[in-house]
Amino acid sequence: MVEMTPEQIEKLKAVGRMQKDKLLQMGKDFTANNEKYDATIFTCNATSCHSGGGQNVYEALKQALETAGLSERVRLVATGCMGLCAAGPMTRIEIKGRKPFLYKEMTPDVAHLIVEQHIKPLLGHPEMELKLAPHLQEKELSMDLPFFTKQRRVVLKHLGSSDPEDLGEYVANGGYQALIKCLFEMTPEQVLDEIKKSGLRGRGGGGFPTGKKWELLAKAPLVDGEKFIICNGDEGDPGAYMDSCILGGGSHAVLEGMLIAAYATGATSGWFYVRAEYPLALERVELAIKQAKKAGILGKNIFGTDFSFMAELRIGAGAFVCGEETALMMSLEGNKGTPRPRPPYPTEKGLFQKPTIINNVETWANVPQIILNGADWFASVGTETSKGTKVFALTGKVKHSGLVEVPMGTTVKEMVEDVGGGTSTGKPFKAVQTGGPSGGVIPAKELNLPLCYEELKKIGSMMGSGGMIVMDESDSMVEIAKFYLGFTVDESCGKCAPCRLGGYQMLKLLTKIADGKGTHADLEKIKEIGSAMQKGSLCGLGQTSPNPVLSTIKYFPEEYEALLQDKDEKKGC
Amino acid sequence: MVTLTIDGMEVKVPEGTSVLDACREAQVIVPTLCKHPDLEPTAACGICIVKINGRMLRSCCTPVAEGMQVITRDPDIMKARKTIVELILSRHPNDCLGCLKNGNCELQDLAQEFALDKDAFANITPTSEEMPIDKSTGCIQIDPRKCVQCGRCVQVCQNVQNVYALSSLKRGIHTRMAPAGDLPLDDSPCIKCGQCSAHCPTGAITEVDETGKVWNYLQDATKTCVVQIAPAVRVALGEAFGYKSGDLVTGKIYAVLRRMGFKAVFDTNFAADLTIMEEGSEFVKRFTTEPERLPLITSCCPAWVDYLEKIDHDMIDHFSTAKSPQAMLGALAKTYYAEKIGVEPKDMIVVSIMPCTAKKWEIKRSAEMFHDGVQNIDVSLTTRELVRMIKQMGVDFNNLPDEEADSPLGQYSGAGTIFGFSGGVMEAALRTAHYLITGKELENLEFDQITNLNEGAKEMTLTIAGKEIHIAVAHGIKNVSSVLEKVRRAKANGEKTPYDFIEVMACPGGCVGGGGQPLGVTNAVRKARQDGLKNDDRKSKVRCSHLNPDIQKLYKEYLGAPLSEKAEELLHTHYVARPLYNK
Repeated sequence: MVEMTPEQIEKLKAVGRMQKDKLLQMGKDFTANNEKYDATIFTCNATSCHSGGGQNVYEALKQALETAGLSERVRLVATGCMGLCAAGPMTRIEIKGRKPFLYKEMTPDVAHLIVEQHIKPLLGHPEMELKLAPHLQEKELSMDLPFFTKQRRVVLKHLGSSDPEDLGEYVANGGYQALIKCLFEMTPEQVLDEIKKSGLRGRGGGGFPTGKKWELLAKAPLVDGEKFIICNGDEGDPGAYMDSCILGGGSHAVLEGMLIAAYATGATSGWFYVRAEYPLALERVELAIKQAKKAGILGKNIFGTDFSFMAELRIGAGAFVCGEETALMMSLEGNKGTPRPRPPYPTEKGLFQKPTIINNVETWANVPQIILNGADWFASVGTETSKGTKVFALTGKVKHSGLVEVPMGTTVKEMVEDVGGGTSTGKPFKAVQTGGPSGGVIPAKELNLPLCYEELKKIGSMMGSGGMIVMDESDSMVEIAKFYLGFTVDESCGKCAPCRLGGYQMLKLLTKIADGKGTHADLEKIKEIGSAMQKGSLCGLGQTSPNPVLSTIKYFPEEYEALLQDKDEKKGC
Repeated sequence: MVTLTIDGMEVKVPEGTSVLDACREAQVIVPTLCKHPDLEPTAACGICIVKINGRMLRSCCTPVAEGMQVITRDPDIMKARKTIVELILSRHPNDCLGCLKNGNCELQDLAQEFALDKDAFANITPTSEEMPIDKSTGCIQIDPRKCVQCGRCVQVCQNVQNVYALSSLKRGIHTRMAPAGDLPLDDSPCIKCGQCSAHCPTGAITEVDETGKVWNYLQDATKTCVVQIAPAVRVALGEAFGYKSGDLVTGKIYAVLRRMGFKAVFDTNFAADLTIMEEGSEFVKRFTTEPERLPLITSCCPAWVDYLEKIDHDMIDHFSTAKSPQAMLGALAKTYYAEKIGVEPKDMIVVSIMPCTAKKWEIKRSAEMFHDGVQNIDVSLTTRELVRMIKQMGVDFNNLPDEEADSPLGQYSGAGTIFGFSGGVMEAALRTAHYLITGKELENLEFDQITNLNEGAKEMTLTIAGKEIHIAVAHGIKNVSSVLEKVRRAKANGEKTPYDFIEVMACPGGCVGGGGQPLGVTNAVRKARQDGLKNDDRKSKVRCSHLNPDIQKLYKEYLGAPLSEKAEELLHTHYVARPLYNK
């Protein structure tokens, strides 16, 4: 690298100072421009709604506004995930001076009607009462649903209510103010203290205290002038799409979190590792990096300070194990994604043997909010040991499935019955599965279990990244266990014997039982393999992959027993 | 030093020691299948788990820490280990009786120690049709069904040898070690060094066994069988019969070979002396009259020849054209010696005993290996194969009386015997080069600086007749690149070459650590074997190749002089650039 002269650096800093003012002006410009509109239509075009025809709805709305001559008066925004994916695509109408109004299951036809019959008549007539024809009435979704009222959106704050591609809007909504606060009002130590004080823990599943992780990196000396941070966007649990939506809904919050961490820890550059199956997330991360580079948020002497940072996007090929931090780094380095032993921990020898920290997408997205609102504000939400909120992808046999964010400590009952609105089949609720293939089941009798790291672990499951699958009475627990084990057997990297062979043999035995050909001895062998895998596997994937099997055996022994050939020989599970 | 407690015993070990090694300090042996003492941990098998401060961790890759509490066995640990070994056996053919590694297999040992049930789980080994044996190189045999995915071979092939012929393909249960690109091994970049086979814990990678072929020749009354043994064989073979690494069993090897039925027992060390005469003369010629053709690079290691032809072929002009000692002896046996005893070359069988798997490739590598259309060496066996033959024939090896080698291709100088370790070829060459340049003998014959095995790439400058000779010695292919890069840079910049003479041996330690040697090699073993050869040199009456009376006689009677027309015809070869992949 070419050394710069002090004069060159000073010149760069002067540019940086201007860029900061320009960025803040972008926010102001957005607000001023937004004032001009009489109404805004937010229509969901996140991955789920997009595949449900969200783009067509957007185009129809756009055309209808043009036909009605309202394009100048009504702002139309294709947003990130609005949450209630079961009712998507969703569209929200916000007319000045009126309560927001939400439509579900949108189609292009309805889009035209909304513009004609809902928006056009009301614009400029604040006194007029909204009267909808029955076919529009039935498309209304009440915003007073517990699905919405029970949520607390911190990470998902901007999703569904802003343009994911508009940097100005992000700034107008407080974006990059946290970074500016850090750079100009706080020392790196103060930032670190604030994160530690907040009690933020890793949202990728393990729940490692984020501040502690950052501190380890802060203390690690630079190696060849470098230290790295990585955003783990390799989410791969079946049914989970939190990270996909957070990144797809605009990646600036995550990037800002990474910048703040870099300032606090002295990291010199960062990587987004996002799986190839997330085209929208990839597009938005790329855009955010491009916009940030242009605005001087990434680069040398950011905003005229001594702080420099660069970020890049790397696309993962979709191997589940690459969500494991050491395998992720192997993959980033261009190798086969297989875990490597820890220690050395990434904070000592991480990516390219240099000190590195890896945090999950959701963890990063929390960071700017903590800096802006303070650690005490953050810590006031949640339980004693699990602070803040948690994003879940609530799916399965639940009425209101979708992307939700609730305070830590929300009970299973509240999640399933209130937020989720009960089972979609009307049949009695049986269990929820959390933590994906690494987790376990929470049976109906544990309905009052608060969702937090310790409690979930205690009953043999885990927080995981936030997948939550609801099951009703008709679901076979043996089949559920088989499904998850089948997933991890497919996704085992094959490096270490207990996982590679144990998973496969366990699946063979489990299939035998599911087919009604198993015996008590087979069940015992499953437990034996499970124990060896938990103890002998190198990485988290192998150590936790028996969990769905072992936890269903624990909570639903009768379902296994009923399938055994020698079920009459009393032995119990 | 770090103090920790292992099974209630306090142990002090240096910082950075792994828990596994610390356990050895406390006389506790923690079982493992993937960790080889010679290699970095791959952390693949999961058998070495211990409880560290209550947490179950792999001892191979966990460094010690002050105050650590380690428990190496309790019912929990034992049960998990047993299950893991049973799982491994469930995807293994378990046909030990017909396996080359029977009795010398780490998986077999573990199975025995754990007294386990090999049929605890359904056997899921693919059939031999699904996973056929790869013998394509004729040197190294891969039986993928026996592979336990320990990762040792991949590590040694990629990180030590820089060859990348082996890799781990696919994922999950389908994971398998295979040649790069899933090609036959012979079409991959493989250089046949055999380090994979020397580190494999099971029968998945072995030498291609040719002992049967040799027995057949020995039974054939129409054939006159002669044999040669390479320098490094004599300090390693004894390990299989209870001797310490480095113990010289040369006389017993001569004796046992004669009992097998070989009509003449020769020593490759003799041909090593001859190589020095040719290569040393080649060096002196270039050094004194053709400096633009420097550096001269040694070529007696066939794996290195293969690597150079495939990867570093821009250096071909710098390669010594002198054949390896094995090849020289083969050429002379079927000409000089055959004439002497009046046997047709086609009726003579030459067998060589080498510490090396690549020597099996060398005997067919170019037209020069077939003098007058007859292959000079018929079979090249590894040290391990000779051990197998000795065990097969039924002889009390340890109590055999020592015998001598046969004339005229059996007598060697100390310089010939040190060919067996890294730096030895260079040291031997310098002894003779000094004489060839100055007409005087060197005072100090040993150069510890270049025979030190602890360094991968070594440098030395020696002044002969007022002129400096810059020398580099590298072993373990990965260490060669830095040396050659310096040469390339100098050439590109039109500068004087940084080195005049370069010795390369593919295997770490040189032939003492060769891919065909007895298993279990570590730095300590290499060093002990090297010391054995150094002793052999020191106790030799003649320690310089040019002073070997049989060598002098050979030139007088048959070859004339080094680099003569006859010598060029019999003792030299050429090299061609070849693609890295065959297809």
